[in-house]
Amino acid sequence: MSPETTALTRRTAAELAAGLAAGEFSSVEVTTAHLNRIAEVDGDVHAYLHVAGHQALADARAVDAARASGERLAPLAGVPIAVKDVMATRGVPTTCGSAILQGWVPPYDATVVRRIKDARMVVLGKTNMDEFAMGSSTEHSAFGPTRNPWDLTRIPGGSGGGSAAALAAFTAPLATGTDTGGSIRQPAAVTGTVGVKPTYGAVSRYGLVALASSLDQAGPCARTVLDAALLHEVMAGHDPMDSTSLTGSYPDVVAAARRGATGDLDGLTVAVVRELGGEGYQAGVRQRFEEAVELLTQAGATVVEVSCPSFTAALGAYYLILPSEASSNLAKFDAMRYGLRVYPRGVDDPTAEQVMAATREVGFGAEVKRRIILGTYALSSGYYDAYYGSAQKVRTLIQRDFAAAFEQADVLVSPTAPTTAFPLGEKLEDPLAMYLNDVATIPANLAGIPGMSVPSGLAPEDGLPTGLQILAPARSDDRLYLVGAAVEAALTARRGHLLLDEAPPLRAELAAAGLQEVGR
Amino acid sequence: MSAISREEVSHLAMLARIDLTPDELDRMAGQLGVILDAVATVREVAGDDVPATSHPMPLTNVTRPDEVRPSLTPEQALAGAPEAEQGRFRVPRILEDEA
Repeated sequence: MSPETTALTRRTAAELAAGLAAGEFSSVEVTTAHLNRIAEVDGDVHAYLHVAGHQALADARAVDAARASGERLAPLAGVPIAVKDVMATRGVPTTCGSAILQGWVPPYDATVVRRIKDARMVVLGKTNMDEFAMGSSTEHSAFGPTRNPWDLTRIPGGSGGGSAAALAAFTAPLATGTDTGGSIRQPAAVTGTVGVKPTYGAVSRYGLVALASSLDQAGPCARTVLDAALLHEVMAGHDPMDSTSLTGSYPDVVAAARRGATGDLDGLTVAVVRELGGEGYQAGVRQRFEEAVELLTQAGATVVEVSCPSFTAALGAYYLILPSEASSNLAKFDAMRYGLRVYPRGVDDPTAEQVMAATREVGFGAEVKRRIILGTYALSSGYYDAYYGSAQKVRTLIQRDFAAAFEQADVLVSPTAPTTAFPLGEKLEDPLAMYLNDVATIPANLAGIPGMSVPSGLAPEDGLPTGLQILAPARSDDRLYLVGAAVEAALTARRGHLLLDEAPPLRAELAAAGLQEVGR
Repeated sequence: MSAISREEVSHLAMLARIDLTPDELDRMAGQLGVILDAVATVREVAGDDVPATSHPMPLTNVTRPDEVRPSLTPEQALAGAPEAEQGRFRVPRILEDEA
């Protein structure tokens, strides 16, 4: 691993943008450094499903030429980015982690991808994910799991484990995610990175493979709060192609991140949510959370406690609403217009229905089948009112709890995930245990409010990253960045560097230093 | 108690158009029972006076002018099809045999 590769891949997106603008280095150099690092370490991490090297270098050359000719460029022009494989990318394979879409090459770009390209950012490739974003560990990918760069025997979170691991392995300075119940925030927490689920409707869903349409929201993944804000600004904005896309004014998240970095939270009220902590949360996660709350107090914030009693029913409501919506959304995978087609064995001249059932048997993984069948059950006559109907009422109660809590505080905080990264395979055969990873992140999706995970430290018992979750009222995403940047600044000042700089070296780095791996 | 039988899972799989092996049916009946027990608590939380919410934000209907606008070409639309013929998706037969 050359020193040049390391130097460029360790920089934040904001630093890369500044260096590109000042002519210190070119986008081709930055892109090459990241492609080299992918070649060196991604065999171990498996954050990427597809690397678009030739296209990335062509795009980098084009943006360098545009800059040389004096063209006015967007702030992140020439900065590389990894795109979660849930997003349609024209001419680049898009699988959503599923065998049923293996080899599918979309004829169009998702609006988010279009906006990234319009900003002249360089797409490095597509990142791994749980199949159709169903999971909390990336182990449900049809193409094999992603490994956590902090410990390759552990999960990187999910569903966006690929994006989070790419950031933590320094194989991309920025990445995109989608968060239906925590798929941006939980991977951020367990990899020591930053992830933001914006207000529902802030980022267009056009061109994203839908999981649960009333819960899905795309957002930025980054290594710093400011970097997340810069990408948030690129991704968000009204889109006529998405009928749920927000209209009207939207706060300046970049300004909020810069203001937060000064560390002054005077006049801000922060509420700890009683129901999102305590029993069921790992000791080290709780300890780092309490320390983060103490930092907020030192920064001048007033800290109170609120109770959101309906949150205890959020997980149940979510695992009825999500499968219900997913069972409907995934009906489009019918083996007729795109994707896999499998003919049933031993059937002469099968019907379209038989082909569809045979294709879905082979093309869907166990978790996808489980959730489709659960959703079919919850929506079926005789059970609809008891399950889906009740879950929708719980959703109302959760929204009321949030409304009451935000009467008392500007933001709410909790641990992002109840545990640190667990070993690969540990929860694969126990779906309910896997679902519990999302217990703290789900309420925000049910209410449509924005949430962020920012690193809060390392759990003393296992040395693995923990995350602080910050929640704000709808359309007040700027508050996440204000508070997140203040926490980040305080923790960075205490450590002297970003938490992620403490991640152990990967094998390729050890080899470059002439060292051998000594059990990790 | 939300136990779900193997036969029920088989029927749901048929409705969802997913063939399942006997092994999958056994495993899924057990797992779905555990999951349903855990989520069944939602039935005890909200009273009749609580309205249902289907969406996180207030929704208004969105329309656009009924005008032709750029879209995929037939070639692009068919590019990912398992089979295509004469500018159309080619599909297996859609009718059952006459009895």
